[in-house]
Amino acid sequence: MVAPGFCRLSLEAPKIAAAARPGQFVQVYMFSGRRPMLPRPFSIFNANPGQGQISFFIEVKGPGTAMLAAAKKNETWSLLGPLGNGFPAMPEGSLLVAGGAGIAPLVFLAASTQKERLLIYGAPSATMLTCPSSDLDLPGLITLEATEDGSRGEKGTAPELLAVKIKEASAVFSCGPCGMLAAVKSLCVSHGVPGWVSVEERMACGIGACVGCVIKTGNGYRRVCKDGPVFPVEEVVFDEQG
Amino acid sequence: MNRADLNNHGDLNLQVDLAGIKLKTPVLLASGPAGYGHEYRELLDFRTLGAIIVKGISLEPWTGNLPPRLAETSCGLLNAVGLQNPGVEYFLKEDLPALRNSGTKVIVNVVGCSPDEYAAVTSRLDGKEGIDGLEINISCPNVKAGGMAFGTDPKATAKLVEKVRRETELPLVIKLTPNVTDISTVARAAETAGADGLSLINTLAGMLIDTENQKPLLGNTFGGLSGPAVMPVALKMVWQAAAAVRIPVLGMGGINSADDALQFIMAGARAVAIGTGLFYNPGLPVEINKGLAGYLHDKGYNSLAEVEGVARRQKGAD
Repeated sequence: MVAPGFCRLSLEAPKIAAAARPGQFVQVYMFSGRRPMLPRPFSIFNANPGQGQISFFIEVKGPGTAMLAAAKKNETWSLLGPLGNGFPAMPEGSLLVAGGAGIAPLVFLAASTQKERLLIYGAPSATMLTCPSSDLDLPGLITLEATEDGSRGEKGTAPELLAVKIKEASAVFSCGPCGMLAAVKSLCVSHGVPGWVSVEERMACGIGACVGCVIKTGNGYRRVCKDGPVFPVEEVVFDEQG
Repeated sequence: MNRADLNNHGDLNLQVDLAGIKLKTPVLLASGPAGYGHEYRELLDFRTLGAIIVKGISLEPWTGNLPPRLAETSCGLLNAVGLQNPGVEYFLKEDLPALRNSGTKVIVNVVGCSPDEYAAVTSRLDGKEGIDGLEINISCPNVKAGGMAFGTDPKATAKLVEKVRRETELPLVIKLTPNVTDISTVARAAETAGADGLSLINTLAGMLIDTENQKPLLGNTFGGLSGPAVMPVALKMVWQAAAAVRIPVLGMGGINSADDALQFIMAGARAVAIGTGLFYNPGLPVEINKGLAGYLHDKGYNSLAEVEGVARRQKGAD
């Protein structure tokens, strides 16, 4: 556990580590015998092809994430991945906007380049800025924190901070709660800045077969697992997903 | 299990004839979870399957339901995908060619809003190379009759099956809904109207409420429950349907192990299909084949037919 309710899980998965691109995810199979559970999808937080390792940054929310948080060293888990499309290449001067646990894919994205880039990391309060600072200690990355109660960093929300910074941005990459992504969308659209968001929805197959994880987009329902999880921000329709 | 493992019990016969469709193994993929097969072919050798029953096909494309479409329950899955599908023309052009070479039999699930639509889809699929049979999903709401599902009324079931029957010579399997008072009368109605086989159960109607947001969890409010939670309900209905008809029964509903599959066969099913279990474990069909072959071997049987309905005979139910 890295913070209350959050853990970082590292796994030896050389093939996934070698193939993974930022924004992609992995299905973790639960195989719990007579009480089976669906596989759990997690964004890749970190991939190290040299060491053949990947890691997840997991918010413990239910029985599946609790099982993973209790995983012991040297246990074997079944993984399927990397899955999904991932983020496009990040241009110089990009802005990354993370809300809470939505930091996970953006850390992998931030680590994928040494170009100048700024990360806005927001949460309701300091205790919910749970990502270890060592993971954000990346060459050339500047991190600005925002908390709604002002307990750490700027007082306000991540989109409020984005509103100040977006004029200097070449592109925006974001992941977090729906309400935050909707605000990111309106800022990107009104400033004419290209943006990409990583969205989540409950999944079953994780590979595009069951069409259970769709979201509403300007191009109809699209599968988060196969057509996403990264979508151009202007494409996603947020209003009915509250 | 790889083919070498299958050959360990090579003297054993897992082949079955389901409504005139010769199946290499008694394990099928149920309609829905695996879509049109493209994605799962990377995870699963389709040659280990008796058949894939592809996701429901309508005449025109259906957009499906508003998300969220999925919610996990205790030992189950609630879904309201809403039969999203690209329509029969797209299916014939884009999906069927790949399925022809997938190494397994192909059964196409047919959906519709009216008997005319079912008939039109059936007629379009009839005679197409690579289609081995049709499964008619009669759980769809009958729009002209106030939205009640065809399959909840024996008369509506009979009319629909008769109409579809006239459109094709293909083996016709009717998929029954469990949301009825008496499965036997619907089963008999389908048989009398010309069905070659029955498959059951479809999902059980259900819902969940998100207490944080104080609204139904699914975008569609109601959904269908599947997974191990429904298995005993499904097993009982397969037992009852098998008692009511002479045509073969394809059993499904929460099958998640070889022992589950065996229970359906002992209840009178000719073969079994898995759906939600595939999500839990894409290797499940292989595991079930292996478990069935192992059971037959250990008990000294030569074929699955010797076990079909055996529990019924024990109870003097036949």
